[in-house]
Amino acid sequence: MANKQFDIKSYPGFKGITLLCLVILYAPLVVVTVYSFNASQSLTNWEGVSLRWYSDVFTGPESGKFKTAAKNSFIIAIIAATTATTIATLAATGMVRGGKFRFRTVSFGLISLPLMVPEIVLAVATLIFFNSIGFERGLLTILLAHIAFCIPFAYLPISARMQGIEDSYEQAALDLYATKRQAFTKILLPLMMPGIISGFLLAFIVSLDDFIITNFVKGAGVETLPTAIFGSVKQGIKPNIMAISTMLLSVSIVMVTISYFVSKSDNTK
Amino acid sequence: MLGEAQLSDKENIAIDVRDAVKRYGDFTALKTISLSIMDNEFFTLLGPSGCGKTTLLRMIAGFEAVTEGAIYLYGDEIENLPPNKRPVNTVFQNYALFPHMTILDNVAFGLEMRGKSKSEARKKSGEMLELVQLSQFSARKPSQLSGGQQQRVALARALAPQPKVLLLDEPLSALDLKLRKAMQLELKHLQRETGITFIFVTHDQEEALTMSDRIAVMSAGELQQLGAPTDIYERPHNMFVADFIGETNLLEVSVDGIDNGRATCHLGGGHELTCNAVDGVGVGSKVHMSIRPERLYMSAEPVETEGLHGRVKDNIFVGTDITTIVHLDEGPDFVVRTSNSDRGNKRIFEPGAEMFVNMELGAARLLVD
Repeated sequence: MANKQFDIKSYPGFKGITLLCLVILYAPLVVVTVYSFNASQSLTNWEGVSLRWYSDVFTGPESGKFKTAAKNSFIIAIIAATTATTIATLAATGMVRGGKFRFRTVSFGLISLPLMVPEIVLAVATLIFFNSIGFERGLLTILLAHIAFCIPFAYLPISARMQGIEDSYEQAALDLYATKRQAFTKILLPLMMPGIISGFLLAFIVSLDDFIITNFVKGAGVETLPTAIFGSVKQGIKPNIMAISTMLLSVSIVMVTISYFVSKSDNTK
Repeated sequence: MLGEAQLSDKENIAIDVRDAVKRYGDFTALKTISLSIMDNEFFTLLGPSGCGKTTLLRMIAGFEAVTEGAIYLYGDEIENLPPNKRPVNTVFQNYALFPHMTILDNVAFGLEMRGKSKSEARKKSGEMLELVQLSQFSARKPSQLSGGQQQRVALARALAPQPKVLLLDEPLSALDLKLRKAMQLELKHLQRETGITFIFVTHDQEEALTMSDRIAVMSAGELQQLGAPTDIYERPHNMFVADFIGETNLLEVSVDGIDNGRATCHLGGGHELTCNAVDGVGVGSKVHMSIRPERLYMSAEPVETEGLHGRVKDNIFVGTDITTIVHLDEGPDFVVRTSNSDRGNKRIFEPGAEMFVNMELGAARLLVD
């Protein structure tokens, strides 16, 4: 038990600061979520509960645009997350199981650097890159950009998981007449699975939510959900934006929650 | 064996290590080791941590390459075979049971990898689990078993593919004392039952003495002595072996004369002792002598002429024995152990009492270096 005197809860202002942080962080989300159920046209006047704006998203004047954008977003997120996870799994295997090799530290830096680089820089760089090689902008450029920046997000949980797996398991497999490939597919891969799933979900969410890079590399007329929402907001905020944001938020929450429980779960039990 | 008049080395020697050296960069983990492990033998590599015993085991398993020299398995050189091509299985120190598989699947793994059908592998694995008395746990995961049970699963898994040699890397070190004792007997029993050559690595000298047919004592990458447990215990070759195996009195002596296979030595304080001469220890050499405490006994009057006169410093009761610390007149301290079961025949003196310490001829052992 922590000594009461040093218990952080007893520090002056602890409750106030905690509350303030929570309010700043979550009040806007709560407001958006609550007002997405507002029956009124107005953004600020509450006129009772209604699912009106949700049905507007699916049937209203902007529904076609949103449907296409949502479809694009999900297709890109699924392909980008899958590809990035595969690459990240191979990278983690090499980094964690490859023993000591030259440039190992450099390699790790290169893999995780995109997390540190300001996204706007990455976006501009990606755009210039596509332009300079004459790659026509469209869904494919978005997809390629997403695969690239999703790799570090997928890599982190996978390599963390892998570091927790002792190499004696693979040695035991080899000792019991398994080939290296069998040791990987039958022993290492199943043990890594929670990390892989968690990495996939994280990459999926990051891809689904991305705005800055997508906005730079998407071609004219090609929209993902975040860029479509942004485009819509530029013409004035309507309550249907709140509804669509709330739905996106729920998808994120579900994904992150699954990711959390999967990474906590231990298939060794 | 099996009524055959003569067996060639190929059939007789399970593992032949010839001048094997292991270097990691500048560090030499094994310095030119040669030893032959016989077929159907319970062989132990014994030594403190860092002595190279696990390295040697991993070289036999195929996880470490041999820097120089060669290792032969029933006459065939195995250096170029990867671990999965060697008919040798390992029981790992931490067991390394596959955590995502059931106990039965763990045991069946080696058989399946060797190309046995799933049903055949499972049937055979079921029998192995019966042998280690864990049949009722076959559907469980390793984490649901106790340490001792996991240990037995690891054994069953390594034995199931019927390896020619079983390697055991300190498999009992994680178990508590009682369980360890029980497992020692079980291991020995399993070895007899299966007829497979066991190579056992441990730093626990008592464990080695209990289970082994022969022991190789290693230190600092070198083989110190190779022999049966009684050889190693009663006739240690050098200081390291005498000190590492069991408790002993190590005394500095000088050899005054050797006559008819007997050496006359004197230790500090003018005390004289006669013991068997040893190759490599000549007249005039100053060496160490090892005398096991339980080979000594005390008396009020000298028995024959050999008694060393001294005074009792302390008696320590340690359950089965009484340990007496004796200070010889102007000489070194001695530890004398008297078994409680011997107290009818042997005398215990109170602290401060004067007495003589006596021993039989073979009790004292001269050590090389």
